[in-house]
Parts: sequence; C-alpha cells; structure tokens
Amino acid sequence: MAKRIDVESLNVYYSDFLAVQDASIKIAPLTVTAFIGPSGCGKSTFLRTLNRMHEVIPGGRVDGKVMLDGEDLYGPGVDPVNVRRTVGMVFQKANPFPTMSIYDNVIAGYKIAGTRKGRNELDDIVERSLRGANLWEEVKHRLNRPGAGLSGGQQQRLCIARAIAVEPQVLLMDEPCSALDPISTLAIEDLISELKTRYTIVIVTHNMQQAARVSDRTAFFNLAGVGQPGRLVEYDETTKIFSNPSEKATEDYISGRFG
Amino acid sequence: MSTLTSPAPTTPPAGRALPSALVGARLPKWAPYVAALIALALAVGAKYGLGWTGWYTAFFTAAALYIVVLSAWSYSVEGRRRAKDRVASTLIHACFVAAMVPLLLILVYMLQRGLPALTTGLSDPDLRGLLVGGLIGTLEQVGMAAIIAIPLGIFTSIYLVEYGKGRFARAVTFFVDVMTGVPSIVAGLFVYTFLLLGFGARPFGFAGSIALAILMLPVVVRSSEEMLRLVPRDLRDASYALGVPKWRTIIMIVLPTAMSGLITSGLLAVARVAGETAPLILLTGYSSFLNANPFSGDQATLPMMVWDQLGKRTGNPGTDAGAWGAALLLVLLVLLLNVIARLLARLAQPKTK
Repeated sequence: MAKRIDVESLNVYYSDFLAVQDASIKIAPLTVTAFIGPSGCGKSTFLRTLNRMHEVIPGGRVDGKVMLDGEDLYGPGVDPVNVRRTVGMVFQKANPFPTMSIYDNVIAGYKIAGTRKGRNELDDIVERSLRGANLWEEVKHRLNRPGAGLSGGQQQRLCIARAIAVEPQVLLMDEPCSALDPISTLAIEDLISELKTRYTIVIVTHNMQQAARVSDRTAFFNLAGVGQPGRLVEYDETTKIFSNPSEKATEDYISGRFG
Repeated sequence: MSTLTSPAPTTPPAGRALPSALVGARLPKWAPYVAALIALALAVGAKYGLGWTGWYTAFFTAAALYIVVLSAWSYSVEGRRRAKDRVASTLIHACFVAAMVPLLLILVYMLQRGLPALTTGLSDPDLRGLLVGGLIGTLEQVGMAAIIAIPLGIFTSIYLVEYGKGRFARAVTFFVDVMTGVPSIVAGLFVYTFLLLGFGARPFGFAGSIALAILMLPVVVRSSEEMLRLVPRDLRDASYALGVPKWRTIIMIVLPTAMSGLITSGLLAVARVAGETAPLILLTGYSSFLNANPFSGDQATLPMMVWDQLGKRTGNPGTDAGAWGAALLLVLLVLLLNVIARLLARLAQPKTK
C-alpha cells in the first residue's frame, strides 16, 4: 500500500550549517509531488531526508518530524535500513552496479541484502520490475549482459526497475531526467504516470515543464541568499502554482524573472 | 554591425608563402634524423679535430649538439613556440632513455649470467638443491607474510575509508605513513628482539614472515585505501537506498567494484617484499639443506642464497654463478607475480559488454 508523508517543521543540517529551515509538507498517497527551485535551495537535501539518506553524508542530521502514515521516521529505535526498504530512491545520475548483469541489478535489493528467493520467484520479479520500468522489451534477450553497457536512458530505467523491485511504498526521484535526452525523458515521464497508480512519488526537477506535466502538487523551494537556509516557499496544486501562485517569489521563478 | 578583425598572423621567419593563416611552417619529417647526423658528424669531428680521447665525451657532445642544431633549425623555420616544443620533447625522451638504460643493462646482464647457472642447476644436484631450497623458503615465507598482511591491510583500509573518522582514523593514517618509511632492517631487529631473544629461539622461517608482513602492511593499506576511495559514492548511495545495511554494501558492492585494484595492490606488495634480505639475515638464518618447515630450523631463501653464494655469509671466497642463478629465479618469480596480478585484475574488472 502506498503511504502518506507528513513532514512537520523539519530543519536539515550539514554539521552546523542549516540547509533547510522549518519545512512542513503533507504528501497524499498515490500522488506525484514535484519539488522545484533554484540550485542550492535544499530541495534534493530535503528529499533525501524522506528516506534517511541525508544522514549517510558525514555531518548530515535533522530535527523535526517526518511521519510515514503516522509513524515518525526519526523516532527512537527506527532502523534507517527498514525506512529505505519502504521508501525507495532513484538518483540524478544513473548508477547501475558495474559488477552486475542487468538481471542481477534488478534483484540487487534482494541479492545484496541477502534475502533468499527461489529462481522462479526472482525471474518473476525481474520481468515484473523491468516491465514496470518500460525496459523489458529492450533487454529481455540480454538479461545476463552487464548493466553498464546500456544507454544512459536505459540505465536510468534500470535503476527505476531496481528501486521498484523491492516493492517500496514511496518512490523518491532526484532529478531523474537531468542527464537524459528528450526521448528518454518522455519515456520516464510516461513511466511516472504509470507508477503513480501504485506508489506515492516525490520528484525533484529543474525542468518546470516536467513538473507541470507529471505532478499533481508542486512545492517551490527558495533561499534568501548564499549561506542562507533554503525554505519551502509555497506548496499547492500544480495547476495553481503554474497559473496563479500566491507568492511573488514563486511567480518570479516560474516565469523566469528570478534573481 | 561590427566585424571582428582577426589579429594579423605572425609570419614565420621562413618567408615562404603559406596557403592559409591556419597552416604553420613545419620542418620535414626527416629533420630530426638529419639533425642527429649533423650533431654526430660535428661531435666525431671535434673528437679527432680537438684530440679528445673518450667516446663517452663524444657521445654526450653529440647529444647536446643535437638539441642545439634541431632547436636552432626549428626556430628559424617553425618559430619560437615549435622550437621550445622540440627542446622539451627531446629532453623528455632523453630522460626516458636514460631511465631505461640501467634497467635494460641489469636485465640483459642477469639473463646472460643467470641462464647458464639455471641450466647447470638442472643437471648439477648440488646447485639444484640450493635453488629449490631457496625457492621453497621464499615462497613459504613470502606466502605466509601475504596471508598475514593482505587481509589485515585490506580490513584497515576498509576501516579508514568506510568507518574511520576523527582523531583515531587520522592517527592510524599517520602511523601507516610512518611504517611505510621504516627501514627493513629495523623491522627485522624488532622481530629479532621480541621473538628470537624474547623466547630464546633459534632463527626460523616464520620469524622472517612476520618481519615481511610488517613491511607489507603499510603498502597494502595505502594502496587498497586508494582503490576503495575510487569506488563512486553513487554506488554506495544506490545500495543504501535499496535498504541494504552498510556492512553488506561493503561486501557486495564496494569490495567487488574495487576487487581488480585490491588484487593488484596485494600482489604488488608481495612482489615488493619478495626480494627483501636485510630482516632475513637476522631472522631466518641460512641452510644449504632443504628445510621445508618454516616453523623450525634455519631456512634458505633466494635473496639469502645470493648473499651466501658470493661467500659473504661464510667469509669463504664464493662463486657468483649460483648467485646469478638465484637472482634470476627471484626476478622471474616477481615477474610471474606481476603477470598473475595483471591477469587477475583484468578478470575482476567490471565489464560493460
């Protein structure tokens, strides 16, 4: 089941530096939410706090609450490993594991974690995930070839297949199309609309048309200046953000009059 | 509308018309050879003209004249930048040749002297026994040193790259750097004091292994650390994001990705200590009889055999044939290790096809 995310006044730090200040957001299940904003405004940083990937960076820490269906991800005793199994992530740069075949990349979540599964079950997972990522037809005859041999767009879809193979409930995407050509981008955007029926999706993007095309709601992040913390300026229906935003800063940004 | 005026092309001193501003005057391809001939002729002329005695003087004069002739010619035709380029590339090539000369001399001389010794070793039972004994001792001692130092070194580097932070990790890095500079005889002295004097033991092979392991350890740590740092963060992130615990990420992602480099660093460290002699003088003794047990009794090794065959150990006048045989065998062993390291590293490399 897809889950809802409620963030309550979250502060995100890199050591002593406050990167995102006082962000609160409510993300409904089975929706696509886009984070937009200028570089350095903390949208990727904020995204990484939603599956506790932020703390992987030395000095990374947060205070505040991130509730997944009412359960605090940063509560006492919560295991970040379990959080990340529930909230999957796709990165900006396609990062298939170079030592593994396409097949092994898809089941990497089980294989590396040491979960034992039968061959037939794994075959099913691979086919289902690759179909889910719209990659099955292109690679079904060469599942044992290295994943690093695919094109950039195929590698990114392989990473999406890998992320959905472990059946997360939420999928975070950090600028998944920024390194891809328009055709691969379109393939991934179509995929996002399909995945929306099963997962709650949060996507960071620099491409405002993309945010307008794929998302139901959009959050605009901004920062007052260099060295200042990023803030969540406005969060609303995507149609409202792009047609009639409440904040002046949002309007300036989406109409290109930023700065 | 303003037009950009291109700066007037600097006309090369040659004064010959060129097809376009993009084409520069070049010396013909054979120019370096002609310059070399001229330099050689001048040098030989100087040798006889001025009555120099040595051929070495003539050779180095020719080399210096070559640079002068070529760069002057190039300056007059091609201009200043090309002339500087020719001087610099000539110097770089000369340095390369100068570095290769001693290496080639050693290799050729060693083959010349060592091959006959190895072939007589096949028929002469005495020499064969010595060579086999030395080879077995070296393989056992270096092998056991590798078994101790490589896992220890790789685990240390994993600690430094994946877990270590703060003062303790910095201290470990510092002491590893210090250990890299420890002279091998000091490592030998250390083991000698603690193991042989401490327990009142006679020299034996494994004592040498411990000293070799001490010498290998910092090399393994440093080079594996570099290899592990080369594994992109992206891959670790991808693994964590799949809900994989850190230790499994290290075992299943970081180590396989770095495997090729780790194999190379391990085997190169082995090759590095295989010819180590100083600590073995103190720790393993030497035996003319085959002793395959590294835990008891004096044990021969190939570097020690070189020393022994020259008569330096006993003070008797020795023969250098056996010494060259042992030296060649040792070099072949190191060469073999290098080849194996390269093959294994290539096999372990991530593939893209």
